[in-house]
Amino acid sequence: MIDNGILRVIARFLIPFILLVGLYIQFHGEYSPGGGFQAGVVFAAGWILYVLIYGLERGLRVISLRAMYLLSAVGVLLYAFTGLAGVLLGGKYLDFTPFSSNPHTAQQIGIITVEFGVGLTVATVAMLLFTMFARRRGEWLEALEEEQEGGE
Amino acid sequence: MFLVIVAVTIVRVRDLFAAGMMFAIYSLLSAGLFAVLDAGDVALTEAAVGAGISTILVLSVLTLARRYEHPTGGHNWLALGVVLATGAILIYATLDLPQFGAADNPAQVHVGPFYTENSYSDMGIPNMVAAVLASYRSIDTMGEAFVIFAAALSVFALLSVRPTRAMPGVRKRRPPRGSEKRWEGKSK
Repeated sequence: MIDNGILRVIARFLIPFILLVGLYIQFHGEYSPGGGFQAGVVFAAGWILYVLIYGLERGLRVISLRAMYLLSAVGVLLYAFTGLAGVLLGGKYLDFTPFSSNPHTAQQIGIITVEFGVGLTVATVAMLLFTMFARRRGEWLEALEEEQEGGE
Repeated sequence: MFLVIVAVTIVRVRDLFAAGMMFAIYSLLSAGLFAVLDAGDVALTEAAVGAGISTILVLSVLTLARRYEHPTGGHNWLALGVVLATGAILIYATLDLPQFGAADNPAQVHVGPFYTENSYSDMGIPNMVAAVLASYRSIDTMGEAFVIFAAALSVFALLSVRPTRAMPGVRKRRPPRGSEKRWEGKSK
């Protein structure tokens, strides 16, 4: 769709704002509706729009498939290890109070960290699922070509 | 009311592309409903996930499948009977429920007041939903994150194997003008 001027211009205009809204929802989640889950989805939507306009190949140059696996695991582990850090500092699992002497600061550190983990996982998982389905047709066509070459 | 109309249309329509778009409309209507009920977080989730990402995933699956549903003849009267009976029982059960929004509902007297009173003094953050989600009920949220990760792993396990033959019926689509490489986006 890169040869459609209207789509390209609108997408170039919109994608930064979509990514910015995603980050806003992520880091402003304590004050307004939102949080890691919604932010991850919005952020992934920005990338998917980029792929729809410029093609999967260029999209994967922005973030490779390998990076997606790694980051989706990193997000979950960040959550789990935040809980573990509470245990190491002398609290209960996922108890954020030992992070700081001020209970409000401690809770906010914990909440922001785990929400960031959730956002990371959700964003990369959404990208990953989209990539998996989007490239399938190309693989089928290649398999079809190989089959025909083999038959002739 | 609109939700019912859209739902019936989804069941009736044979064009899967139209059905996918109707699902998006359904999600958007529910998001509006949640927003009217003042549940900002749920409305945001429904709009982003239900109307956004789910629709994109459904459409990307539709590029792999046929566009029209294969019609099956006849009606399944047993299924209709089961659905009607279950629906009647559920509606009968709602008669016993307390008044919607009444002050002495179980939802209003159990943990709700505790969260409402303590979340700001405990956390110092105004969004109570975030406080409950990430701190009071943190282990549940962690489980959620693991479920999402597991979903990605299972899709990866199913789709990462390169196919040795194409699905019957796959033809090379005539590429739109000047963009032959659009779907051949494998990373090399």
